[in-house]
Amino acid sequence: MQALDIKLLRDFRRLWLQGAAIALVLAAGVAVILMSVGMSRALNDTRTAYYDQNRFAHVFASARRAPESLLSELRAIPGVAEIEAQVRNYAVLDIPGRAKPATGLLISRPEDGMPRLNVPLLRSGRWPLAAGEVVVNEPFATANGFELGDPFSVNLNGRKQVLTITGTALSPEFIYTIGPGALIPQNETFGILWLPAEVMDAAFGMTGAFNTVALTVLPRVSVEPIKDQVKLLLDPYGATTPLGRDLQQSNAFLDAEITQLEVLAYVLPPVFLGITVFLVNMVMGRIVQLERSEIGLLKAVGYTDYEICLHYLMLAGLIALIGVGVGWIAGTWLAHSMAQIYAKYYDFPFLVFGVPWSVYAWSAVLGLAATSVGALRSALGAARLAPAVAMSPPAPPRYKRNLMDRIVAYLRLSQPSRMILRSLMRWPLRASMTMFGMSLAVSVLVASNFFPDSMDEIIDTGFYQSNRQDVLLLFDPDVPLAAMEEVARLPDVLQVEPQQYQPVTLSRGSHEKQVSLSSMPNGADLARIVDGDGNIITPDPFGVLLSDRLAKSLRAEVGDMVQVRFESGRREVFDLPVSGVITQYFGLAAYVDLNALNRLLRQSDRATSINVTLANPDAADEFETRIKDFPRLVGTINMTENRKSFLETLSSNILVMTTVYAILGTIITVGVAYNATRVQLSERARELASLRILGFSQGEVAYILAGEVLLLALIAQPVGWMIGALIARAMTEGFSSDLYSMPLVLTGATYAKASLIVLAAASGSVALVALRLTRLDLISVMKTRE
Amino acid sequence: MADVAATSAEVVFQTEALTKIYKTGDVEVRALDGVDLQLYAAELAVLLGPSGSGKSTLLNILGGLDHPSGGQFWFRGRELTGASDRQLTRYRREHVGFVFQFYNLVPSLTARENVQLVTDVAKSPMTPAEALDLVGLSHRMDHFPAQMSGGEQQRVAIARAIAKRPEVLLCDEPTGALDSKTGTQVLETLRQVNEEFGTTTVVITHNAAIQQMAHRVIRFADGNIASVEVNDTRISPAEIEW
Ligand SMILES: Nc1ncnc2c1ncn2[C@@H]1O[C@H](COP(=O)(O)OP(=O)(O)O)[C@@H](O)[C@H]1O
Ligand SMILES: [Mg+2]
Repeated sequence: MQALDIKLLRDFRRLWLQGAAIALVLAAGVAVILMSVGMSRALNDTRTAYYDQNRFAHVFASARRAPESLLSELRAIPGVAEIEAQVRNYAVLDIPGRAKPATGLLISRPEDGMPRLNVPLLRSGRWPLAAGEVVVNEPFATANGFELGDPFSVNLNGRKQVLTITGTALSPEFIYTIGPGALIPQNETFGILWLPAEVMDAAFGMTGAFNTVALTVLPRVSVEPIKDQVKLLLDPYGATTPLGRDLQQSNAFLDAEITQLEVLAYVLPPVFLGITVFLVNMVMGRIVQLERSEIGLLKAVGYTDYEICLHYLMLAGLIALIGVGVGWIAGTWLAHSMAQIYAKYYDFPFLVFGVPWSVYAWSAVLGLAATSVGALRSALGAARLAPAVAMSPPAPPRYKRNLMDRIVAYLRLSQPSRMILRSLMRWPLRASMTMFGMSLAVSVLVASNFFPDSMDEIIDTGFYQSNRQDVLLLFDPDVPLAAMEEVARLPDVLQVEPQQYQPVTLSRGSHEKQVSLSSMPNGADLARIVDGDGNIITPDPFGVLLSDRLAKSLRAEVGDMVQVRFESGRREVFDLPVSGVITQYFGLAAYVDLNALNRLLRQSDRATSINVTLANPDAADEFETRIKDFPRLVGTINMTENRKSFLETLSSNILVMTTVYAILGTIITVGVAYNATRVQLSERARELASLRILGFSQGEVAYILAGEVLLLALIAQPVGWMIGALIARAMTEGFSSDLYSMPLVLTGATYAKASLIVLAAASGSVALVALRLTRLDLISVMKTRE
Repeated sequence: MADVAATSAEVVFQTEALTKIYKTGDVEVRALDGVDLQLYAAELAVLLGPSGSGKSTLLNILGGLDHPSGGQFWFRGRELTGASDRQLTRYRREHVGFVFQFYNLVPSLTARENVQLVTDVAKSPMTPAEALDLVGLSHRMDHFPAQMSGGEQQRVAIARAIAKRPEVLLCDEPTGALDSKTGTQVLETLRQVNEEFGTTTVVITHNAAIQQMAHRVIRFADGNIASVEVNDTRISPAEIEW
């Protein structure tokens, strides 16, 4: 090995603690890149592979009842590649041994047994051939402990029928499988059921007709005009507006997850890489300064500028090597745990892909680039040192009396405190970067710790303030209010209230959105409209209330007129004023008063759903058994279960997340504080030793050494709070989608926790360096030439 | 050997009206003020003179560590006056060995590795072991600088300088940081190298006693040569009175 390389390795071994502290910061950056960029790519690629293999459609449309003769016209739309028509209906399921009803989405399988689009993948058993046979989605079977051959019953349009499971399947349409009204998958109470087409036709009176159609378009054909044409053709048959992939529910949830990962990828890695640049810059600057005479010697004996520059870049490169290595290990582990979480929530037929190799390669390139950029100034400086100059010691830094000195004098500070302030003023850039680095640590902690509070807020308004019912009963078609009284007479029922959901298209100018228009009676107690401040809002009898994200996407403000086109019934169109805009976190909600709606549609008092509270939601067996046979009931949503599973999922995920971020914040702080103090010690060893010789105590000298960095750590707190609040705001905006948004909830506790972690980590790092002071050999320090 | 100084000997260094001016702020220091000098192959020349008289400046320029402000100089007939940094680097790498007052050893490398630093980049060097053997340090090859005395460190520096078999050996106060006994050992080593390899050797010192071991003694004052004496009766360093 070349002597210069030996020097490299020995120097690195000597500096290993400093190097390790920097490498950890870099490793955190690399790991986060693998996790965020890697997993978003992996998720995307896995999804694409699945979609391609199982021919996921591009357009999804539905109608009340369209004749099969329409199919040839749909197929003839220019640009359409393939179409697939089906009959789909929701139904209430009765599972043996379970009191609580479940909901199923029944899907017809073509007679030839060869679906052309959204091809379900058989996971076990065989497809159903006759009436009384069914294939269910695999997670539903697993959650209920079903085996092939197990029976359960389904309420087929009012007629109870026993189905026997002949197989299990997965479908690209249901990667994220959530039932109506649910927020996260609840596979026990929601299933996808595939039945032979003849069975579906017979049960729902759909012979020669369909109610759902999916289609793919040819490559490079725009989807929008095709959606319009589909809409035009289906319109006479009670069509709702066709959806693209962006609004297909399962796909939209995957989109939202991928977006979240991408937001992380934009926010976090730059922070870690930036701090790495700064730390390498600071430490290498000091090393080159210390090695002036060695550099001079290397030049004198004929090493070229290039070789010397490379020598110092390689020292930084070793930090990159370790940082990238550790980052790869940690990132692979993180990505692996993410993949396991995905496996739990997303139903893919194969494992979620690993992080692509290109992302590993890129993270390494970025890591190396960060250390190189950080070392470049010092390395070039080393190469540029005139050999003759390098042989003589550097001139002592010039302290000048300035304004600061006068302030210091005025404050009558002790001599050690003066020394701290002077040193701060001598390297203002380095001091401010050190401060900034620690404030970034604070901000990362603030920006991650606000999540739980934000979630609390969402849960509180979403579950405890606005939706207070125990069970939501869904009907299709809607029912007269007499049905509500019947529900009220069921055992265990405490309170019932009607509600209507109508599919509508809201538009204003060129902006339009399909939403479910919700209406409840004035003074509703179970399903209430609660805004972001917790106020209960009543829709006024003439206008429509919009959630803020809906209003924003329609560019509508209070008082503006929006067009409301009903997608069902007589499909009437009304212009209604926006009577209010409210903050809401789930979905794109729009509300009108129930009486106003009935008046508009000239209909008697009706309900598409009924909200129920139960005397004892945990022991309402009789109610649950009886409700399964209720006419026209197509689904039930158990809100109590919903709340419970949402909370359970969140609390475990949040614990993991806040732990990971606490580690990241600590790594940043230790990296910055340890190195800053270490460089201080290196620069001031002589000065501090002289002070000891002059009779200053160990404590006083430690105070001078530690004071500067700790003072900077204190200044970093408010700065970090501010940056953290900005990052948190940017993140909530980045996470916001049509599916949900996140409120920005920043509490004093969040700031305090962030500061506590950073100050503790900073004090620990500084103390570690200060310990070296006790080992300071006064004589040898004074003897060494600098 | 005494006649090496004769004009017939090959000229290794030649300078004409060499000047060096340092500017620091408004102050101008004339470190070299028109130096005309010739140094001959295989000679051992001693540069004497008070501190600040320009000795180091001259040596640095001759060794290609610094550029002159005016005048010209040649190494073996090749003009180096306007040489680029890259050319000077090659020149140092191939032809020059340096010994400095403070040894300038790399503290993280052993004696052998410090020498290897030079042999790694030289054309036809001796092995580090040979070089260290020459200065009598074969038994301390794997010691780090911090484990050696000043004299031993300086001898490692000399081993490092001669390992590449340089044509010229430039030593800037090699004994300046040493006591008399170790200083003597170091000078003995230099003389031995000069004799065995015929390396042109220039030694700066402000200690007049050292002149007795040189072929020529060049006295410096105020940036110029004050006098040149040829020494007909050289004595060995051991006999020098300190
Ligand atoms: N890098 C420099 N910048 C400014 N002045 C210098 C520099 N190096 C040397 N000098 C000045 O040049 C003069 C000659 O210095 P030097 O050659 O080191 O003398 P010597 O080696 O004889 O003691 C001195 O006055 C010194 O202060
Ligand atoms: Mg000198």
